[in-house]
Amino acid sequence: MSWLTRVRNAIPFIAKRETPDNLWHKCKSCGQMIFMKEFEDNLSVCPKCDHHERIGPNARFNQILDEGSWRTLAIPRVADDPLKFRDSKRYVDRIKAARATTGETDALMNASGTIQGHRAVVGVQDFAFMGGSMGLGVGAAFLEGVRTAIAERAPYIIFTAAGGARMQEGILSLMQMPKTTVAIAELHDAGLPYIVVMTDPTTGGVTASYAMLGDVQLAEPNALIGFAGQRVIESTIREKLPEGFQRAEYLLDHGMLDMVTHRKALPETLGTLIGYLCEARVNA
Amino acid sequence: MTSFLDFEKPIAELEARIADLRETAETGIDIDADVARLQVKSDKLLRETYARLTPWQKTQVARHPERPHFKHYVAGLFDTFMPLAGDRAFADDQAIMGGLARLKGRRVMVIGHEKGDDTTSRLKHNFGMGKPEGYRKAIRLMQLADRFGIPVVTLVDTSGAFPGVQAEERGQAEAIARSTQQCLELGVPMIAAVVGEGGSGGAVALAAANRVLMFEHAVYAVISPEGCASILWRTADKAADAAEAMRITATDLQRLGVCDRIVPEPMGGAHRDPAAAIVSLGDALNAELDGLAGLSADELRRQRRQKYLSIGGI
Ligand SMILES: [Zn+2]
Repeated sequence: MSWLTRVRNAIPFIAKRETPDNLWHKCKSCGQMIFMKEFEDNLSVCPKCDHHERIGPNARFNQILDEGSWRTLAIPRVADDPLKFRDSKRYVDRIKAARATTGETDALMNASGTIQGHRAVVGVQDFAFMGGSMGLGVGAAFLEGVRTAIAERAPYIIFTAAGGARMQEGILSLMQMPKTTVAIAELHDAGLPYIVVMTDPTTGGVTASYAMLGDVQLAEPNALIGFAGQRVIESTIREKLPEGFQRAEYLLDHGMLDMVTHRKALPETLGTLIGYLCEARVNA
Repeated sequence: MTSFLDFEKPIAELEARIADLRETAETGIDIDADVARLQVKSDKLLRETYARLTPWQKTQVARHPERPHFKHYVAGLFDTFMPLAGDRAFADDQAIMGGLARLKGRRVMVIGHEKGDDTTSRLKHNFGMGKPEGYRKAIRLMQLADRFGIPVVTLVDTSGAFPGVQAEERGQAEAIARSTQQCLELGVPMIAAVVGEGGSGGAVALAAANRVLMFEHAVYAVISPEGCASILWRTADKAADAAEAMRITATDLQRLGVCDRIVPEPMGGAHRDPAAAIVSLGDALNAELDGLAGLSADELRRQRRQKYLSIGGI
C-alpha cells in the first residue's frame, strides 16, 4: 500500500466509496493511468515505463521480508522539538501533521524478520515523512535497528530516502552523521554486514554519512542520489548538468555503487548477498 | 585598516573621527585629550557591541575577510610545520591543507580548511570548499597520524563542501562519510577547533573529534542561515531569523553538548588582533591535548563514540 493510499484509507468516508482517485494511479513519469490494484501488485512500479514510485516502510517490509516472518520495532523516544524551532510554522506542528499523514512516529522505521529465509533487520526511510529528513528520531531509530541486528546476529539493511538533514533540529541533525557512523562501527565490531539500498531520492547529509558506508551498495533504477542539490550545482558552475547526472546508473558508472537492482529482484538479491556474507555464522 | 561590518557603523564613524583629528594634529594643533576621549568611547562601544552579537552578526564576524585563516594559525601556532599533500588517487586539494607540526614541542597532525584572503588565493583554495580529494587527503593524513601515535588537530573553517559536477562524480558524499568515519576510528587524540565557519557535512567530516572547540564568535550549523531561510522562509532575506532559530553560536552549541570549550577572542573579534587570537587558541589546544594525553587508543575511541551517541539525548 502506498502512503497515499494509507492516508486515504485513514479517512473512512472516502475510502468506502471507491472514488476514481482510489482506483487509478497516474504514473508520475509517463502519465499512464494504471489500475491501483495492478500497480500495487507490480510493487508500485509502472508496468509501462518501469518508473519506481516512492514507497513507505510498510509497503517495503511487505515486499522485502518473507510473509509472516516480521515484526516492526518500536521507535525510541526522542525530544520532539529540541530547539523550539519555528519558521512560518512551528516545527511541533509540522511533526504533528507528518505523523497524522503517515501514521508513523518519524521518518525511519525498522522491522526484524527474514529475507528468503535469512535473518535480517531492515530499516526504511519514508520520504513522505518530512522528506525523510534526518534528525534525532531518524538517528535513534537507526541506532536501534543496528543494535537489534547485533542482538539477533543479523545484518542491518537500510533503504535510504531523504532530502537531507532536518534543518529544524539545527546542529543536532548534523550530529546524526557521526552518530549513525558510530552505529555502523558497532555493527562492524560485531562482525555483521551493513547493506545499503538507495531509493529515490537520497541526498545531502544522509548520502554523506550512512548511505555511503555500506559494505555493499545497491540502488533502485533511476533513483536520484547525490550530495549537493542540482539547482545549487547549476548556480555554482553556471552550465547544464550532464545527462542522467546523479541517477543510480550514473553513480554505478562512476564507481559509487555495486549494483542497480530492479525492485522485483531485491528480495532475491538481498537473500543471495546475506547468504554469501553470513555463511560462516549460519554453519557455526 | 579594519574593514567594518554593517552593524559596526557607529564604531566606524568614531574611528573615522579619531583618524581625522590625528590628521589635523599633524598640522600642529593639540588634540590629545579629544582623541583620548573619543577612543574611550569607541572602545566601550566595541566592547558592548561584541558582548551582545546576534547569531547573524556572529556569522558575519566568522566570515570576516580579515579573520585569520589556516595559514595564519599554522604560522603563528606551531614551532615547526611540514606540509603534506595529495590524496594519492586524483589531486591535491588546496581547500583542505595539512601536515606535521610541533605545538610547544609536541607532535601533532594539523588538518584544516583554507579559504584564502585575496582574489588569487581564494580561487586557489576554492574559498575553503573541499572536494572529494581534499577529504581523502584528510583521511590519509589521519591514518598516518594514527600509525605513528600523533594527535590530530583540525581547524574547521568552511561554508561547506564544494557543490560541483566533478565533485559529485568523484564521490563527494562518500569522501565526507569516510572522513567522518576516519575521525571516529582514530586511536590517537583528536581535537577539532571551529575557527570561523563550520558549514554542514563539509565541516563535520573534519570535526567528529574527542573535543570540539569553538572560537567565541565562530558559528557551526547544519546549513548556512541563507540556505535555511531560502528553504523554510522562501527568501534568503530571512537569514537573520534562520541564524537565530538554528542555534549556531558557541554558547548554544556548548549547551547542546556539541562544543566542549569556547575559546575567547580578542576584543572586537579575532580579525582585530590575530596574534592574540592565535595565542588564545594555542592555550586551549595545549590544555585539551594535556587532558587527553595518556589515554589508551580504546579509551579515546570509546569516549569519542560516546560523545556522538549521547548528543541530543533526553
Ligand atoms: Zn510510467
